Amino acid sequence: MSHLALRNLVKVYDKTEVLHSINLDVADGEFVVLVGPSGCGKSTTLRMIAGLEEVTGGEIEIAGRVVNNLEPKDRDIAMVFQNYAIYPHMTVRKNISFGLRSSKMTKAQKDARIDEVAGILGMTDLLARKPAQLSGGQRQRVAIGRAMVRDPAVFLFDEPLSNLDAQLRQQMRLEIKKLHRRVQNTIIFVTHDQVEAMTMADRIVIMKDGHIQQVGTPAEVYHTPANSFVAQFIGAPSMNLLQGVYADGAVTLFNGVTVPMPGRAARAGLPVHLGVRPEDIRPAANGAALLSGTVSVAEPLGPETLIYVDVNGKEIIASGPGKQPPKAGDAIGLGANPADMHLFDAATGEVIA
Amino acid sequence: MTTADTEIRASSAALLEGTRAKQRRSLGQTIRWLILFGGGILMIMPIAYMISTSLKWPFEVYNVGLIPEEPHLENYQYVLEDGRFYGWFVNSLIIATITTISNLFFDSLVGYTLCKFTFRGRYIVFIAILSTLMIPTEMLVIPWYLMSQSFGWLDSYWGIMFPGLMTAFGVFLMKQFFETVPDDFIEAARIDGLNEFQIFWSVALPMVKPALAALAIFVFLGNWTAFLWPLIVTTDTSLYTLPVGLSSFGDEADVQWELIMTGAAISTIPTLVVFLIFQRFIIRGVVMAGLKG
Ligand SMILES: Nc1ncnc2c1ncn2[C@@H]1O[C@H](COP(=O)(O)OP(=O)(O)OP(=O)(O)O)[C@@H](O)[C@H]1O
Ligand SMILES: [Mg+2]
Repeated sequence: MSHLALRNLVKVYDKTEVLHSINLDVADGEFVVLVGPSGCGKSTTLRMIAGLEEVTGGEIEIAGRVVNNLEPKDRDIAMVFQNYAIYPHMTVRKNISFGLRSSKMTKAQKDARIDEVAGILGMTDLLARKPAQLSGGQRQRVAIGRAMVRDPAVFLFDEPLSNLDAQLRQQMRLEIKKLHRRVQNTIIFVTHDQVEAMTMADRIVIMKDGHIQQVGTPAEVYHTPANSFVAQFIGAPSMNLLQGVYADGAVTLFNGVTVPMPGRAARAGLPVHLGVRPEDIRPAANGAALLSGTVSVAEPLGPETLIYVDVNGKEIIASGPGKQPPKAGDAIGLGANPADMHLFDAATGEVIA
Repeated sequence: MTTADTEIRASSAALLEGTRAKQRRSLGQTIRWLILFGGGILMIMPIAYMISTSLKWPFEVYNVGLIPEEPHLENYQYVLEDGRFYGWFVNSLIIATITTISNLFFDSLVGYTLCKFTFRGRYIVFIAILSTLMIPTEMLVIPWYLMSQSFGWLDSYWGIMFPGLMTAFGVFLMKQFFETVPDDFIEAARIDGLNEFQIFWSVALPMVKPALAALAIFVFLGNWTAFLWPLIVTTDTSLYTLPVGLSSFGDEADVQWELIMTGAAISTIPTLVVFLIFQRFIIRGVVMAGLKG
């Protein structure tokens, strides 16, 4: 049984439909990340689950109840905001205790619960402070504590890490993941950062323009993208898309090279995109090369080198060895294994399997 | 911090640029000092004259000299021993206090509603409230008077207070300040289970304390010194507010300036107290502390 379900969820703002029939099932204890470019409707979806935004159409079900018409406080959810939104005029303890206002615990039980949460988050000695006396990471922790203290059925996070610097962000990412292991609540986490999505999620929901593009584990969305948008959005640097035409079990690329792609269900003459990730396309000897061009930039990353290759005016990103990489200006041949390639309909972007 | 910075920069620049720059700078400095000094004199003169006059005998009140020929405290003794003064003082205190509390509460309530809730006609309501700012008190006293007369509010505290219990200016000020409170706080509180009034009272209001303090000072001073309306609405001398009462020292033929100035000097004390109490709340950056670091 799913713990949180969105059924044909629609949102209309002033006659503009921004969410188009979203369907999603989240299992109890699952960590689901909503990811997508700016304006795709992630926050809107989350805010509708929280009850901060009216539902235009469809249903939201939390723990077996339809919550469309319930107040936020009655939905058994807690939310962590991008700006943290911890109350500046209250101590950390008071802030956290606010999450317990509507609970029926006694004062002593509440205090014990606050201490427990503070212990888990490692901020027992911060309880008496005011937010102004905390660092960014500590404020973030207080915001999480305020949400955690109620032990909600669903945690909602809206880009909680985007205000932190890179190092702290990585650390909090890990902490939130550990926290999830420990408390096992269901989490819906919104981000526009695909690295965050890949590293934290049990399942990723990729959205674009108010539509869900694909739902799957990080490995699934990475290795078997449902369309060229997902293929390019997940993974950095992005997957290369090469123009070509499909016919008789092979793709003829824009440069005239033919790549065998047997057994695909596509009609002859269909314009396609051949997708190949930078790590799957490597320098190759001239005979085995799929593409050839000149290196425009080489970016050494240590273990390997990113090579930007100009192929007939189109930029292809490939990986080369970390030691003795090709240099800018070198002529280079690139090869890839057809098994690592993805085929997409050029018109619709859908994967061709 | 910034002043220290500029001072250091200014002086090191002057050292580098040599004496010409120093001279030019000191000329500019002198002009600035003179302007500030003149401004200061203008501000202080009335107060100095008030205190000076309160120490004079009646015969020298019309002497321009600032220093009384024979300074004495008998005016103070007279005013404080005159029973009416206490009555007026208390009237003013009650009226100014109640009006201030009422303004703080209702102005911020309305300002908050106009700022944080979307409802049909919100803009029109706001404009309507703002437009009342354009109408001067002198034009309003006649309708107020007629209204008070027909409701039987003449010669009562309520009659003196009712026009000022809420002000358009206060609503405007509070609305603008609530704009600086991010909606995230309000939504977080909603999820935490507070009702809308609790959100206003215990989340939003504490974040605009500086505005409340400014408004409190403003409203208190305004009502403490209000003259025209209290004069019109009261005929019973025991209901006079302090400014009205003070002006009644003496008659048409002989205004007793030294007593009026003595009363005025005493009556500035509560305004000083109010200012000292509230000005410490006027600190910036209260809201920012709960947000991103
Ligand atoms: N209050 C609103 N009124 C009108 N349109 C809105 C409102 N809030 C959001 N939208 C629109 O809805 C769409 C989705 O917005 P949403 O905030 O959900 O995007 P997002 O995926 O969270 O983007 P970001 O990564 O920038 O936060 C956008 O096109 C936005 O312009
Ligand atoms: Mg968003």
